[in-house]
Amino acid sequence: MQETPTAPRPTTLPPSNRPAADPHLPRLALIGNPNSGKTSLFNQLTGLNQKVGNFPGVTVDRKTGMAQLGGQRRAEIIDLPGTYSLYPKSLDEQVIADLLYNPDAADYPDFVVVTVDASNLRRSLLLFSQLADLGLPAILALNMTDLAAERGIQIDLPALERELGVPVVPMNARKGVGVAALRIVMAERLAAPPALRFWEPEGDLLPLVRQIRYYFNLHNDYLALHYAHQFRGLRFLSDDDRAYLLELTEKYKFDSTARQAEETIGRYARINELLLEVVTVTRTEQREPASNKIDKVLTHRVFGYLIFLGILFLLFQAIFAWAQYPMDLIDQGVANFNELLQNNFSGPLVRLLTEGVIAGLGGVLIFIPQIALLFAFLAVLEETGYMARVTFLMDKLMRPFGLSGKSVVPLISGLACAVPAIMGARTIESWKDRMLTIFVTPLMSCSARIPVYTVLVALVVPDESWLGIFNMRGLVLMGLYLLGLVSALVSAFALKKILKARERSYFIMEFPVYRWPRWKNVGLTIVEKVKAFIFQAGKVIVAISVLLWVLASYGPGNRQAQAEAQVQQQAAAQRWPAAETERQVASARLETSYAGTFGHVIEPVIRPLGFDWKVGIALLTSFAAREVFVGTMSTIYSVGQDADLGTVQQKLANEKDINGQPFFTPVRALSLLVFYVFAMQCMSTLAVTYRETKSWRWPLGQLVYMTGLAYAASLLVWQVWG
Amino acid sequence: MAFLRRSPRTVAPVPTSSRRTANDLRVGETATVCCLKDPEMALKLLEMGCIPGTQVRLAGRAPLGDPLMLVLGDEEYTLSLRVSEATTIQLKA
Ligand SMILES: Nc1nc2c(ncn2[C@@H]2O[C@H](COP(=O)(O)OP(=O)(O)O)[C@@H](O)[C@H]2O)c(=O)[nH]1
Repeated sequence: MQETPTAPRPTTLPPSNRPAADPHLPRLALIGNPNSGKTSLFNQLTGLNQKVGNFPGVTVDRKTGMAQLGGQRRAEIIDLPGTYSLYPKSLDEQVIADLLYNPDAADYPDFVVVTVDASNLRRSLLLFSQLADLGLPAILALNMTDLAAERGIQIDLPALERELGVPVVPMNARKGVGVAALRIVMAERLAAPPALRFWEPEGDLLPLVRQIRYYFNLHNDYLALHYAHQFRGLRFLSDDDRAYLLELTEKYKFDSTARQAEETIGRYARINELLLEVVTVTRTEQREPASNKIDKVLTHRVFGYLIFLGILFLLFQAIFAWAQYPMDLIDQGVANFNELLQNNFSGPLVRLLTEGVIAGLGGVLIFIPQIALLFAFLAVLEETGYMARVTFLMDKLMRPFGLSGKSVVPLISGLACAVPAIMGARTIESWKDRMLTIFVTPLMSCSARIPVYTVLVALVVPDESWLGIFNMRGLVLMGLYLLGLVSALVSAFALKKILKARERSYFIMEFPVYRWPRWKNVGLTIVEKVKAFIFQAGKVIVAISVLLWVLASYGPGNRQAQAEAQVQQQAAAQRWPAAETERQVASARLETSYAGTFGHVIEPVIRPLGFDWKVGIALLTSFAAREVFVGTMSTIYSVGQDADLGTVQQKLANEKDINGQPFFTPVRALSLLVFYVFAMQCMSTLAVTYRETKSWRWPLGQLVYMTGLAYAASLLVWQVWG
Repeated sequence: MAFLRRSPRTVAPVPTSSRRTANDLRVGETATVCCLKDPEMALKLLEMGCIPGTQVRLAGRAPLGDPLMLVLGDEEYTLSLRVSEATTIQLKA
């Protein structure tokens, strides 16, 4: 196969007949089977020039980009979700119908570029044939020509072009071969309405189709047929339209499933005829594909799981150990910047900026290394094709809990941070499986719980070994992680019983062959996810941090001033050193602030759990993000801000209850630990759950359920053993 | 089965229950798809290239027996599907 641009054919107008400057930017949609190289092509055409938004009304990412076509010419590209046909099987695929079936839509494309896998032409052409029959001007990007050649598949390009009536551009999107030719074809606007009709509604379908066609004033029978098949899902139809279509389809006893099957079989018959004309296969010697050999090892009943565990271990290593350096740097950087501001300026506005906005921003930025690393890892696993195998290995294990093999990756990622993990649940096509996964992922103990766990465990569990091998603290820590995992699985199991699936769940998927990852794609994924996190979740975190700061800094009436005066008097009388006075003042101000007042208000509620108002404040502030727990505790127990964990621990150990006994007994600490295992205390997670589910039901459900669970568990611990 | 009767290409001559399905294949064994039992699953399978008349080979099973890996046709691509899905693929005797 050659990579020369295809010559313009007589069916299209020569470029000179077209207006030179277009009134609007040409808009094109990129569409193709999953794994046909669509993303590679999109990245080749747009480079970093892409934007991620949402399709209206659904959670599906809407990736758009600007393609430079040479000279002044550009085109806007919309990347559509990968699909095998125009009949949507998942909510993701629904956006394709919404875009392509409504010529009045704002971003209705001028033409489509269809990526087709040359090494698997029959199946790829099915989607193309449907697009062709809709009469959309198209360009066929014949991808994976290298693989086809390897397998001895020869495609007669001129014949294929002649038969289809659209430009065919042979390419290798991975290497970038053929992209220049595609740019020229796009710039010259050679996309043409396909000449060949693959399948048309006929016979007893015609009365129904014609009626729809005239009612909606459509240009094409096949489009009208799609209205009959899909009117329930088409967002742009009015209720009246739907009622009309419902009535019509009932009148004609229209059996959508049977008709679709018939159509698909009819299409394959036509495609087979076409392939006989344009494809010749010279069998190269039949050797077993490398992928099959790799599969024998990676899905082996023993090695398969061992290798998976090894990869998990590496993932944790990356997220817990390697991410620490950049996280410390960010933490330090934000702190330094704050200090710089505080040393040079003063006043409530500066404090709002430093303690509220920038501290909140720091809380967002600090997650970037983990998110970037996690997604780098996931992208590599996805790109190489390994992820599909993990799904394969784990499916049977997950099913009793209402989850599928595809839930494994989000759950594991949840041990690092629920935010990217929930975003990672997008790969789950089934709505129910996806919602279950999103809902229970925050129960996995994320890295933000680590500081809480370490401080409290170290406080009450002796640093001794059990049976001479196991470190007691390590054991307790592991127990907490297991508690999280078990609760996630059990919750999924319970929710499975409640939730009604709106769509049927399929597991079937294509196993991609193993490939070496493309680092540019990995990089783009990281940039995209980090950006999404900063702009979507970041807004909420910063807002809440500011709110909390205000609540913790100001109090009702002049109670704060009174409390401060009292402390000053005491300090003067007892000759406290300045630093001690400052701490006591901060502590007194916090107690009389709105947050402190609130701590006192909720004390009756949390007393049955063994907590007092001070813990109450920590719980309250933790609802924005758990990682503030240690900081809040250290403020409340009047430890200087820059104290390391050791001193927080000492302060907690020194805290006495009314009888003069240590306040943090093992049971009280356990009650608090259990609370942190279960409670939903992360604004970012709630924000991202909302973003991913596009409904407040889910984040609110998480908040209520997890917090209720936390309360019940702590209550149990304290009431039984306390 | 309703839709299969309408289309002459896929009429099943034998009562469907007695047929072997893709789940009955031994690892490495090849057979030809005869028809697809579950109408909705059939749509998905058809779209993914599992058409009556294609060859399927059972390439392997997950360690717990489910899901399984089917290699389709002469184009040699692999589908992974659950046992419950594989049993809807009936084979020619
Ligand atoms: N050999 C080969 N591999 C390709 C080609 N185009 C894409 N790929 C690889 O195929 C895999 C799937 O491509 P991707 O762009 O993610 O496909 P998508 O699922 O359609 O978006 C990636 O590993 C690509 O690197 C090609 O022309 N030849």
